[in-house]
Order: sequence, then structure tokens, then C-alpha cells
Amino acid sequence: MNQPQLRKPVEHFLDNKKYLHPKLVANYGNWKYHDRPRPGVLHHVSNTGDQVWSVRAGTQRQMDVFTIRKLCDIADQFAEGRVRFTIRSNIEYMVSDEAKVAPLIAELEKNGFPVGGTGNSVSMVAHTQGWLHCDIPGTDASGVVKAMMDELYEEFKTEEMPNRVRLSTSCCEINCGGQADIAVIIQHTKPPKINHDLVANVCERPTVVARCPVAAIRPALVNGKPSLEVDEKKCICCGACYPPCPPMQINDAEHSKLAIWVGGKNSNARSKPTFHKLVASGLPNNAPRWPEVNAVVKKILMAYKADARPWERMADWIDRIGWPRFFEKADLPFTKYMIDDWRGSRYNLNASAHVRF
Amino acid sequence: MAKPMHPTPNLDQLESGPWPSFVTGLKRLAKDKDYVVDVLGHLEHSYQTRKGYWKGGTVGVRGYGGGVIPRFTEIKDASGNPVFKDAAEFHTIRIMPPPGMHYDTDTLRKFCDIWETHGSGLIAFHGQSGDIMFQGCTTENVQKAWDEINQMGFDMGGAGPAVRTSMSCVGAARCEQSCYDEAQAHQKVINTFLDDIHRPALPYKFKFKFSGCGNDCMNAIQRADMAVIGTWRDNMKTDDAMGKAWFAKHGMNELVNDVIGMCPTRALQIKDVKDVSKEAHISTVALNDAQCLEIDNKDCVRCMHCINVMTGAMGPGKDKGATILIGGKSHLKIGATMGTVVVPFMSLKKDEDYDQLTELAQTCIDFFAENALEHERTGEMIERIGLVNFLEGIGLDIDANMVNSPRMNPYVRTDGWDEEVAKINAKKAAA
Repeated sequence: MNQPQLRKPVEHFLDNKKYLHPKLVANYGNWKYHDRPRPGVLHHVSNTGDQVWSVRAGTQRQMDVFTIRKLCDIADQFAEGRVRFTIRSNIEYMVSDEAKVAPLIAELEKNGFPVGGTGNSVSMVAHTQGWLHCDIPGTDASGVVKAMMDELYEEFKTEEMPNRVRLSTSCCEINCGGQADIAVIIQHTKPPKINHDLVANVCERPTVVARCPVAAIRPALVNGKPSLEVDEKKCICCGACYPPCPPMQINDAEHSKLAIWVGGKNSNARSKPTFHKLVASGLPNNAPRWPEVNAVVKKILMAYKADARPWERMADWIDRIGWPRFFEKADLPFTKYMIDDWRGSRYNLNASAHVRF
Repeated sequence: MAKPMHPTPNLDQLESGPWPSFVTGLKRLAKDKDYVVDVLGHLEHSYQTRKGYWKGGTVGVRGYGGGVIPRFTEIKDASGNPVFKDAAEFHTIRIMPPPGMHYDTDTLRKFCDIWETHGSGLIAFHGQSGDIMFQGCTTENVQKAWDEINQMGFDMGGAGPAVRTSMSCVGAARCEQSCYDEAQAHQKVINTFLDDIHRPALPYKFKFKFSGCGNDCMNAIQRADMAVIGTWRDNMKTDDAMGKAWFAKHGMNELVNDVIGMCPTRALQIKDVKDVSKEAHISTVALNDAQCLEIDNKDCVRCMHCINVMTGAMGPGKDKGATILIGGKSHLKIGATMGTVVVPFMSLKKDEDYDQLTELAQTCIDFFAENALEHERTGEMIERIGLVNFLEGIGLDIDANMVNSPRMNPYVRTDGWDEEVAKINAKKAAA
């Protein structure tokens, strides 16, 4: 019998030189400064006097081939056939002639790609897979982001925030969307519902027991079958047991809520990097447009926009005005659930007489 | 022409509004593909019931143990058959992007052609680890699509307990704040660990990220087990002409409020030109003919704020490299941890310097492979064993840059004190 010739994979991580715009190759490592002539445009000048304009536009991230081909057509017409993507799924076109900038912007906007996301704007939301593809999602991702960016469209296209604003969404508490100035994350409120008929066949029980952050899961015999049980008084409803054991269903149409976190920052500029903090929860998972979540996000953003000083990120602003005033200005209740009781939590308490009135 | 669409009243509402709509894109694909008609039906079902319905499984390509994310539908009828039968399988192929995520249109068009032929036609640029995600493929077509993508020169990304796909910022290619060749570091490190990417055999995932400066555009400190963040150790570079131009445009209020007042270590002062300190660690940038900004580079922590505000007037110095931080990760299981400093400065100028970086990466991975518990990230392992044990394990010297402050409790045995002091003194004498 003839065996088909099996192809051996080419194991190699490629370099990027052939994909770089010619101006970037010519001035690699030799840039002098940049400025932003208008929102959505970066202008870089090299030590040799070479210049390049980068035009940034928002995309839907999950793109169909027709959208990608359209973006390619635009690159071939204006940007010498080169593009790059930012970490927030924005596309960037590098242009070596200033005269091409305005027509490129017009072409992008004509085709529905908003130009912006630079400097002190609200950039595209970093997000996850959600119902479209994930195996454990509490909510959707692309849909939440579409609904949110529709509301924040003007803030993407202008640079009117005190400093840059980075948003993220995550469909479970694993938080794949990551830390952000404002992060929207699923917060389950009920312990998992266990299908005891399936546990023994589907789950490696010691692994599941080990996965629980609060040691609330133990092996048990239920209806004569080996299974797992959850001490519901201890359970923090984090959902960590669900990925290794799908019969421990954590997602619930009603009880999986959305929480909002603020003040995460990975940049070292000014203050050290910070993690985001819980400021709202209990919001309904209200597909397809999540209006309750968007209302809170906008309320926080507008309070920040009105009150923060130039260059203050969300975390810098709150550091100046203090948490009581943040909750007052954002018009959000400060609840007992925001007082940390996880390990190391006493470092989060106010061990001083520093109180703002 | 594909089969008729399922009603999608929820998804239809995501076509209105100004932001580009992924639903409109999916519907365009569904005109030609029964597959995507059923993907839309599947997603609409999730919107109606507010639940996800994909389960994992085992799908791969020849020679590799990971990189394909298998998805099988769980929406079944009473007899156990898939309700959306054309979308019963919806696997994703993770492909590593070039450093800096640069592409030419020829490459993107080829991706489109391959994915239109073998997959759903939906591609995400990019996933949170940085992968190009070719979303939606049947088990049968995974190998075919992969063969064509691989023959273009692209390789599979990581999944499971493996070294994962990495990201590097735009860096030296287009940023004056770049402190090393991010693309070179990214490529060298990843090419060192291809086996650990493609054949998952570690206790858990291990991520590298490469940011060219402290602005950390790749979010390395919070997401990477090993974060390589650019910095410099000589004086900041300054440009008097650009300093004067900035000051003429922005004025004293912005200088004081936005630059000097926001320096986290009070390293900046306004000085009359005649009063400037002559010490070697002082640099200046002119504001006008009489006044300048004096920078005490010994106090500067390379946070990037003033450089961000006064781009061109100030910039990273010449003695460039990176700070290396270990242990960043998200919440599960012990709570989120930031990466913390293990190498305050590694010079990254010559090719050999980059070899030193890959050697350190190899040592870290080896230690992690041998010492981490199952499903334990590096940050969790360090929390369990202590930073000193980790440093001794990988052969790095301690440095006061690694802590916010010395310990605040006496619960430590110090009977090796004299030997430690002697070692430190011997090292100092030898240096």
C-alpha cells in the first residue's frame, strides 16, 4: 500500500524584516522623536531627517476575509503594501508622504474603519473569545466590545481624555482580557452546579481538588458514584474548577454577573504599575448590548474626563483624589465586597490617619 | 450560495452603530458557507440562553502536541445529534505573528485565501497572547490549512502547559524610545524554545514579552512570566533645540504641572543655566537661553513620563539594555502577581548580549520545569519558595533593586550572616 508522504513541519520562528515598511527598515533603531499632528496619526522623525506618518484605525478584531482584503487594498494604494497591528487590534498604515495622509484617512473612514486610538483617547477594548469560541465563557466578548465601542466611538476618534484610557473585557474570572484602566469581568455569584453522573468519567478529581483557591472541593461518593462536592460556605464562586471539570457548571444565565474594575496600569510612567480594583458588581449579563454595563463604564469615564488633570491615568487620578471621592464622583456605592480579605489584604487597608474630608 | 440563514434577532442588533461589526462580517461569509450559517445560529443560541456551548477535545497536526484549540458543539437534539450540524466542529489554529506584528499585504491575502478554502474565513488579529487566530475549522481541514500556512514560513503558537506565543512592541522599527532590538530578542528567545512551544511538557504555561521601554506597551509586567523591559543606565539624552521649542509652545505652567510635578522621584528641577551642577550624573535640557531643566540621573528611575511629555527634548541614553522581571500572571490561583526584578540591567547591544538573554531564559525554564508544581505559574512558585531560593537556583546575585524595602518582620534565621557579608565583600573586592 502506498503511504502518503507526510510533510515534516518547518519549525522556525520567522524574523520581521521582510514585512517592515521600507522607511522603517531604513531608519531601524535611528528614530529621534515623534508628534501627533491629529488624533489617529503619529509622525515619526529619524536622526537622518526621514519622516513617516502612521495612521491608526479601529477594527473588529475577529475579521472576515473580505474585511482583511479591503484593508489590504487600502495598504496597497497608500502604504506601500505594509501594515502592522497594535496590541489592541488597531491597524496601522505607515505612509512616507504627508500628502497621502488625508486621502488615506478618508478612504479608511469611507469603508467604516474609524481613525483614532492614539494618545489620550479611549483605544479599542482588549478582549477575549467569549461565546463565539471559548469553552468556559460566562459572556460574549466581541459583542460586548462592539456595544461598548459604539458608545465610545467619539472618544476613540478624539484625544480629549486626560491621558490614554485602556479598556478590557473578560468572559470569566481568569481575566484573559487583562488589567486595564477600566476592566469589565464576569463575576459568578453562585457555587457550581454539579452533574454527579458525569464527574467520575470526565474529571481528574485530584486535579480539580487542587485547583480550588480556598480548598472548598473534596472527593465524595454521590448516589453510589465517585464525584466531588463543594463546601458552599467556603466557595468564592471563582469558577476555577470549571475548566478542569466541565460537569461543575459555573455559568448561569441569571447569576453570572458583570463586575467593573478600575485603575490597572502596566506602564511605569509616573507611578509604578498597578492592578485594577473592584468598584462595581452585580450588573446583569444583558446581551446583546449590555446597556447597564455600558452606563457604568461611561459614568466612570466621564467623571475621570471631567476631573483628572492632564497626564493623570485613571490610577493617578484616584491616587490624588482618594477612594471616597472616586465613589462620590463616579456615583457608585462602596460596598463591603470591596474590602479585600484575600492573602496580604491588610496591606490594602488605610494604616494611617490620612483621611480626606 | 449557502443554505438559508437562521433567524438571529440578537446578533442583528450588533450590526447597528458606528464601530466595525464582526456580525456583519460573519453574515458576509455566511452567504457562501453553510459552515458560517450554522456558526451564526450557534452564537445566536448563546445570546438567547446566555451560555457557551463549545467543549474542548483533542485535535492536532502531525509532529506537534499543541497549538490547535479544538471545539465541538454541545448543542445537541434529543437523539444526540448536533443541532447546527455544519458547525459541529469549530477549531482554532494559533499562529505566531512576526515580531512587532508587521505584515505585507501579500501575506495577509494568502492567509485569507487559505482560510477561505479550508476554514470559516474568520481570522482574529490577534489573541491576547499575540497569536494570529484562524478561527473555525473542521478536524479534517486542520492539517490542510496548517500545511499551507507553515509553507509560507509561519509556525504554530503555544497552548496548554507550554512556552507560549510571545509579543514584542513596534520598538526599534519605529519608536525613538526603544532601548534594545526587541525583534531580535523576541526571535532569538522563541527560536530557543520551539520544542517547548510545540510539545507541551512544562508544569504550566510560560510567557515571554518584550517591551522596548518602561511604557511597556506589550503589558509584559502583568502578563509575562519573563518580562524584558528596555532601559538604560547612563545619563538621559537631551536636545536643547527641542527643549526650547517645547517650552516656547507649552510654557511654564505645563512644565511645572505636567513634567516636574509628575516626576515620581523628584529628579527634575528648573535651574538657571549658570547654577547647573557640574557633576557627571547631571544632564540638562535648555528651556530658553537663561533657564534649563536639570536632571539628576542618579535619582531617575527610567519611568518614561518626562520623555513621553517632551518627546525629542529628552530620551533614553546610550548605554541601553533591559530590566528583566519574573513572575507576572493573572489571578488564578493565588491572585494576580506582577513580575518582579531579577536582573536590574542586562546590556543588549551586541549579538552576544542576546545570547546571554536566551541563556537566562533557558535557565529559568529549566528551573521552572523541575521545581514548579502542576498548574503552578512561575510567580506562584516564587511565592511558595521565596525569591532568594529562586535566585540561588538560577544563579543570579541578589540586588537591592529587587525589593520595595527590606523585610519588615524578624522571622528569619540569620546565622549565616558573617559568611554572606564576607561573600559580598569578596565580590566587591574582585570587581
